Amino acid sequence: MSAPSDNMPITVSAGRAKPLLLRHLPYFICAAVLVALAAGMQFDGYVLNILMQATTFSIAVFGLSVVLGLCGQINLAQAAFFGFGAYAVGIGTTDLHLNYWLCLVAGCVIALAAGAFLGMSTLRLGGHYLAMVTISFQQIVTLVMINDIALTHGPDGVSNIGRPALFQTSQGYLAFCVAMLAIVGYLVWHLPDTRLGRAMRAVRDNELAAGVNGIDVLRTKVYAFALCAALGGLAGGLFAGGFAYVSPDQFAFADSIVFLTMSLLGGVASPIGSAIGTGLLILIPEWLRFLKSVPGLYLAIYGLFVILIIRFMPDGIWGFVNAAFARWCAKAKAPAPSAALKLMPATVGGDIVLDVKGLSKYFGGLKAVDGVDIQVKRGGVHALIGPNGSGKTTTLNVLSGLYRATSGKILLDGTDITNMPPHQRTAAGLGRTFQNIRLFRSMTALENVEIGAERPGNTMIGEGGSAALTERALEALNFVGLGSRANELISSFSYGHQRLIEIARALAANPTLLLLDEPAAGLNSTEKLELHELLKRIAAQGLTILIIDHDMTLVSEAAQHITVLNFGRRIADGESMAVLRHPDVVSAYLGTE
Amino acid sequence: MDLVLQLLFTGIGIGAVYALVALGFVLIFRATNVVNFAQGEFSMVAAYLMVVFSVDLGWPYWLSFLLSLAGMALLGVIFNLGVYYPLRHRSFLPVIIATIGASILMANSVLAIYGPQPQVLQGWFDTPGIQLGPVYLDSQYLLIIAVTIALVIFNYWFFEHTMLGKKLQATSQDKEMASLLGISVSTMIMLTFIYSAVLGGLAGILVAPVLFVSIQMGSTIALKAFAATIIGGFGDVTGAIIGGLALGVIETFGAAYISVPYKDGFAFLVLILFLVFRPQGIFGERVAEKA
Repeated sequence: MSAPSDNMPITVSAGRAKPLLLRHLPYFICAAVLVALAAGMQFDGYVLNILMQATTFSIAVFGLSVVLGLCGQINLAQAAFFGFGAYAVGIGTTDLHLNYWLCLVAGCVIALAAGAFLGMSTLRLGGHYLAMVTISFQQIVTLVMINDIALTHGPDGVSNIGRPALFQTSQGYLAFCVAMLAIVGYLVWHLPDTRLGRAMRAVRDNELAAGVNGIDVLRTKVYAFALCAALGGLAGGLFAGGFAYVSPDQFAFADSIVFLTMSLLGGVASPIGSAIGTGLLILIPEWLRFLKSVPGLYLAIYGLFVILIIRFMPDGIWGFVNAAFARWCAKAKAPAPSAALKLMPATVGGDIVLDVKGLSKYFGGLKAVDGVDIQVKRGGVHALIGPNGSGKTTTLNVLSGLYRATSGKILLDGTDITNMPPHQRTAAGLGRTFQNIRLFRSMTALENVEIGAERPGNTMIGEGGSAALTERALEALNFVGLGSRANELISSFSYGHQRLIEIARALAANPTLLLLDEPAAGLNSTEKLELHELLKRIAAQGLTILIIDHDMTLVSEAAQHITVLNFGRRIADGESMAVLRHPDVVSAYLGTE
Repeated sequence: MDLVLQLLFTGIGIGAVYALVALGFVLIFRATNVVNFAQGEFSMVAAYLMVVFSVDLGWPYWLSFLLSLAGMALLGVIFNLGVYYPLRHRSFLPVIIATIGASILMANSVLAIYGPQPQVLQGWFDTPGIQLGPVYLDSQYLLIIAVTIALVIFNYWFFEHTMLGKKLQATSQDKEMASLLGISVSTMIMLTFIYSAVLGGLAGILVAPVLFVSIQMGSTIALKAFAATIIGGFGDVTGAIIGGLALGVIETFGAAYISVPYKDGFAFLVLILFLVFRPQGIFGERVAEKA
């Protein structure tokens, strides 16, 4: 791979777009061949049914690969969403005499809306709630399908479901379903490389870090969940047209579990895995039909499968194959960035970048932070110090929005950010690192930093195209000295290097103010010296830093201004040397006689 | 008015069952930070064990009862070793998926062995109940309520006043510190699984004469019990009990005055309302992760 030519972003992006299309051409050729085969080959009815089922189920399982694989959220009601689409087409084309296409779209929209509602009410609470709520939802939907006879025909189901005029024959309809599968598969395959897909992966890996990197965590989860539901609806609509008959027992909780098992078996992280899992779990029961003669046996085996896969093959078949394959391929070397990292912090407000007035945070009766004032001057390094338990990290967490302030006001560059959620503060220009490193562990260093660079409002990435993001992220990694290892996974970096990647991630976003939470903690003396050098180079570009640390050498050398907290209150504030000699500060650290 | 009192009694009786299962949920959650989605199947399996011992084999009721609970203790051990323990260092998602798998496995294994026909289990007492003024007190419901009260008291005494109870609490609050203090964390977790399997089993055996013994009873009870824990406040013992009772009452009144086929849907509606308006439940505190 050749380095992109200097200072000519237009040629760079043009040079990248072409191979992308070329790279994807084989996919479309394969898809076209499959569609032609589905349309042209003579299948008997049995094979046709199996193919139809595999195709439509795969689309529903793609939904799970988005919500569970990409975003790390569970959905145990996929059969219910599948049922929405199926019944929309079923009832719509028979009782209501509506056009097939209209019904198909309506089914997707209903599933999408139901998914979005379910997600919005539950997703801010975390995984256990979601699992239980989706199971409950699934049960309710089944209840309605069976009992609301006027609408759904009850246990009898809906028969004589229509197909579009264009695809009246079974083979023609199958070809249409295969084409839909290919399109949806393509979109899901490329989702991880889009802004939304990156946000989903970030949320899956570390919600807190995603939030402080400018990602709206709740919205990302709701999108993933609604998208999964909509794919379920689409699959159900296609299914109804294919089999011309739907009944409540096809969309029960057991079927949600079947979808989940398909997804886990094939590999939850990728649509290819989903398709493999779906195909296997449709074919294997056909080969082992005798199992179906004993009710329950077949699902009992699924249950056992789930436990065994989770334990022994957590990434599924495709994940397993991929990992084996990756060992044989050399890591692509990261291209060198064309320019050095530029930090151009915004300068909207006056001389004071961060103005904190009377900030308090109480936990019940405990006053962790009590009426603290901090003024951080533009372009300087400001340190916040204090003994253990003095409220430093709480202050930082209130500043970055992880805790809500009990009272007080926070102005960033003149903007009141006191009541904003973390991602909006980040968009307003706040960057931070964590004392206990919070990187996205399933991603490479480069991908981590790209998510930082994608901060809404970052003026350094132009239109925000993927080439510009990569360039910015490489610059940031180069700045901290890790550019050559950009394509390595986080787990292969030492603790000190992970800390640097976290700083690079914050820098790539081009923040107005950088909050560093004990950056020297756990570093050895050489690494501390390097960190000090790095801080100097950051400050030299005019970026304002607010740093918390215990290392007095680092603090006294790097910071021009120090605020000291003790028991949640400010006990000293001013120019570094003067503050460190202040009698209250000395007694807070060393005790009084 | 008479009907209201009668429904209230029935509601509290059925709510007590939810409370017992919810208690099992909470205990495992506090010890392992994992929701055990197979908790309801413990109730189902125990009810079937009762059917095997007391109906099929014709053994005395008390002996069948003790054997069934012993069977549940054994199931708790197997469950811990087979499902939770191998995954204990993984994040919560794989673990809950595994417990869901276990739930499917248990329910359908019983289905494969016993078939879909619901079974009937006699109540503990021969007298069906007593008339107290306008309210008819079913003896089985009285037993359920009495056992629940006794277990709540036992639970309080056990966790607050015995060394073993305190060790279990220490383990659920901070595993690393507990192990540094010489507490065997894996033993404590094993005991928690045994205890909650027995609790779930007890609930199943008590409720079996009221409902039919069926494959679905596990998941139905588990959903209600989980809703109860959210209504009461997730992870809170008192909350689980109050939530269970409240849910039983709401559901009974809903079935009587609104709709019977949708009886099982009320729990879900109440659950959604709580999630939207008071996600921390009645007793819970706001959930917040530390940075």
